[in-house]
Amino acid sequence: MSVQEMEKRKDSAAAEGVKASETKSETAAAQKKENVLRLEDLTMQFGGVVAVNNLSLEVNKGEIVALIGPNGAGKTTAFNCITGVYQPTNGRITFLGQTLMEGCPTGRAAKTYAGEKAGKYTKNIHHSPDEICRAGIARTFQNIRLFPKQSVFDNVLVAKHMRAKQNPFTATFGLNHAEEKRMREETWALLKEQNLDSYASYEAGSLPYGMQRRLEIARALATDPKLLCLDEPAAGMNPQETLDLSDFIKKIRDQYHLTILLIEHHMNLVMGISDRIYCIDFGKLIAKGTAEEVANDPKVISAYLGMQEVV
Amino acid sequence: MKTSKKSIRIIADAVLVALVIGYLALLQSNTTAHSYAITIIERSCIYAVAAVSMNLIIGFTGQFSLGTAGFMCIGAYVTGIFTIPVKMRDQIYYLYGMADCIHDIKLPLIAALALSALLCGLIAAVIGWPVLRLKSDYLAIATLGFSEIVRAIFGWDGLGKITNASYGVSNIPPFANIFECVAICGVCILIMSLLIRSSYGRAFKAVRDDDVAAEAMGINLFRTKQLSFVVSSAFAGVAGGLLAVFMRSAVTSTFTVALTYNILLMVVLGGIGSVSGSIIGAFLVTGSQEWLRFLDKEYVFSDLIPGLSGTVFGSAQVPLLRNGFRMVIFSILLMVVVLFWNHGITGSKELSWARIISIPSVLRERKLRKAEEAKRREQEEAAARALEKEVRGQ
Amino acid sequence: MSLSYFIQQLLNGLSLGGAYALIAIGYTMVYGILRMINFAHGDEFMMAGYFMIYSIAVFPWFISIPIVIAATVVLGVLIERVAYRPLRNAPRMSVMISAIGVSYLLENLANYLFTAMPQSYPQIPILKYVYNFGDISVSRVTILAPVLTIVLTVLLVMLVNKTKLGMAMRACSKDQETAKIMGIRVDNVITMTFVIGCALAAVGSILYFTDRNTVQPYSGSLPGLKCFVAAVIGGIGNIPGAVVGGFIVGICQIAITAAGYSVFSDAFTFVLLFIILLVRPSGLFGEKAVDKV
Repeated sequence: MSVQEMEKRKDSAAAEGVKASETKSETAAAQKKENVLRLEDLTMQFGGVVAVNNLSLEVNKGEIVALIGPNGAGKTTAFNCITGVYQPTNGRITFLGQTLMEGCPTGRAAKTYAGEKAGKYTKNIHHSPDEICRAGIARTFQNIRLFPKQSVFDNVLVAKHMRAKQNPFTATFGLNHAEEKRMREETWALLKEQNLDSYASYEAGSLPYGMQRRLEIARALATDPKLLCLDEPAAGMNPQETLDLSDFIKKIRDQYHLTILLIEHHMNLVMGISDRIYCIDFGKLIAKGTAEEVANDPKVISAYLGMQEVV
Repeated sequence: MKTSKKSIRIIADAVLVALVIGYLALLQSNTTAHSYAITIIERSCIYAVAAVSMNLIIGFTGQFSLGTAGFMCIGAYVTGIFTIPVKMRDQIYYLYGMADCIHDIKLPLIAALALSALLCGLIAAVIGWPVLRLKSDYLAIATLGFSEIVRAIFGWDGLGKITNASYGVSNIPPFANIFECVAICGVCILIMSLLIRSSYGRAFKAVRDDDVAAEAMGINLFRTKQLSFVVSSAFAGVAGGLLAVFMRSAVTSTFTVALTYNILLMVVLGGIGSVSGSIIGAFLVTGSQEWLRFLDKEYVFSDLIPGLSGTVFGSAQVPLLRNGFRMVIFSILLMVVVLFWNHGITGSKELSWARIISIPSVLRERKLRKAEEAKRREQEEAAARALEKEVRGQ
Repeated sequence: MSLSYFIQQLLNGLSLGGAYALIAIGYTMVYGILRMINFAHGDEFMMAGYFMIYSIAVFPWFISIPIVIAATVVLGVLIERVAYRPLRNAPRMSVMISAIGVSYLLENLANYLFTAMPQSYPQIPILKYVYNFGDISVSRVTILAPVLTIVLTVLLVMLVNKTKLGMAMRACSKDQETAKIMGIRVDNVITMTFVIGCALAAVGSILYFTDRNTVQPYSGSLPGLKCFVAAVIGGIGNIPGAVVGGFIVGICQIAITAAGYSVFSDAFTFVLLFIILLVRPSGLFGEKAVDKV
């Protein structure tokens, strides 16, 4: 535990170093740290509204990166592009070196395109949410989306379906017995680790709110992700629960060797756990850096507090 | 403790199966005397297959498909065409003459049913390809439309050499015995419930409950819906084939939209999302449709109550009872279930021994709770009355 | 095929299309607001046919027509109250099953009350007056149907776009919850939607049955489904789209029948549906819906 903690500190120290000395050390850092997710010039336009504008972002292995911004800044839209719900209008998303999404405005969208860097991307690549999940990106939702009428156990078990080696025939006639057993055992293990095993037979919808959040994260973990995307995990939680949550997020990061990208409003949570923070407003990136740097950035302050920029 | 419970359950299941087999054997021993019961049981079993297949797509996958009658029609024709005795074919197809390529092909019942299932599954895959990518509503209308197309195609003169057009296929050999019918139905339902209990069944339910979340869990929506739709349609085809064998003919006029609605009634009454519910629904609806036949006949009171004969009242006509009233009652029943009792008989849970055993205790509890509530209310009222008296007294 | 035959058939197609268009509007409006297929709409249209038969036995035609419209509206509103309103918060599938139940009930009720025998539809002389242009003979209703349809559609579009009620309807179709918060009485708006839909269906039924001559308990179900297809073709929720879809379906049906494939005249509508779902699932004039996560 302590070793990992130290390593993490080293990482964040390295990240600060990147800021200080420019490109050279950046490539050095990239060599040292494996890049997991990269957004390049991501733009998402709905009709005339540019919800995400030219957003570039990087998440490296083992990091906890937060995407913050005031309400309606386009955080969830960016998230939905990453997880395949929307096809980006322009830009590229790469995950572990593989291009997951690429968009360029075509047809009517090309005429009304109001974002930047038109013409840089020429292909339209789209993967559906399930393919993205298969690639190793799991997500949770801002408004919890469990299967409320199913048991806690089944909620997690269904997430194991994707990676099981079976086909409808073998599954129907029980020829995948070993596989089924493995799925159940892994689900039990996961529930135990998350202290949810005593509620395994409860209806998911009957759990208290905080526990539903945890269950949703457990379900996402069951898909064996490499990158976990959390959409406002602390929404609707009280300060104590939020504090517990930040420990929990760190814990699962270390336990499952995850990389975590989260969207959050709760500054306490974000400041406490993030290695790096990106802040966006009106779809545009306005600041990036460590918690301290972002917290002291006048643009961020004005975006959050609505003050006029102090020169 | 657990193992003993399990063994009790197995014993109970075995006893139940033995009882059913015994009863069927009793019926089989004298088919002429029990022909009415045999008819009802066979029909119920066949409808149970259709109802479970519909429940698979509607209740477990949440896709509103109304193509059951269409697939049953295909299954009925395929089974009929390939099982009628070769000798009789020229006689049945006297108007069009049977096409040479299929004239001499006669299949055993099981093979013909399997062929029906295969064909229906293939057709479902083709229809599902555009439609299942869209919202569920389009599936409802597209499958209803598909049923109409199927009826039109099978009734078309141009295909008379194969389908015998509007005359339909008749003289289909009947079931060898009641066991054959019940066993085929049982196997079909068993396969579907095994699928539902498998990992794929869990994926179906996930898609039904929240498609966005299911997709985020790596479940391919289209492929999951497609699987459910194909399997459901294939078994609807088998049910159609069985129905054709049962009725010994296949005519397009049997497979109207009303048939789909009838099966929907069984599914809704039994409980959407419950295999056992659908089976119970099928038996209940089929049985009561037979028993309530008297609603369709015109009676005078003395027919029903012999003591009244001779009186003025006895020769008066029983109001409401005349042709069509039975179906009115059934449609009202469907409405009542949908509006006031939308869980149906079993709800979305399966019927099990544990549940049956717990019924008395659940009822007792409910009774106790009601009694308690009544008592409390009485006490409250008494207290209120006492308070009022006091106030008035002052 | 001579030109006069072609024109004759085209006029028949337009006439049938007009009736379909009026029914399709009811489907599209209800779907726009409640997001449900009102399976009973076709049967309401069939009941309107029976209402006409029974009311013309007592009243002259110019009184009968308003009576039929009023009775159909009452029936439609009643159905909404009894079968759809209690399920407002239930899953959409329950509402659709309820709609199927109502459809089933109306058909069986008609079968019970009016018997399964086709009953002849009253011939209203003013509608049946026949014009002769050379080889072509057309009854007045054939010409009236498309004209009336277009007039009613224009009026309805004005209602939806210009009046307060129309604004409320549009608000409800976008987001009922927000509409409620804005002080719109959603239930009243839904009732008004059914009133308009049923009134148009009643007019459509007069146009349709005057040309077809008989009514029977099941004569509403298939035209009903076809009209829903028409609404899908035009883009569900879009009123002018439904009208265009209605005309397309009507003309295609007459064309297929004229070509000698009357067996497939019904089935072809659904072939059209499959084509449109493959090529342009949002319909000819529909907008692509983006689901919010």
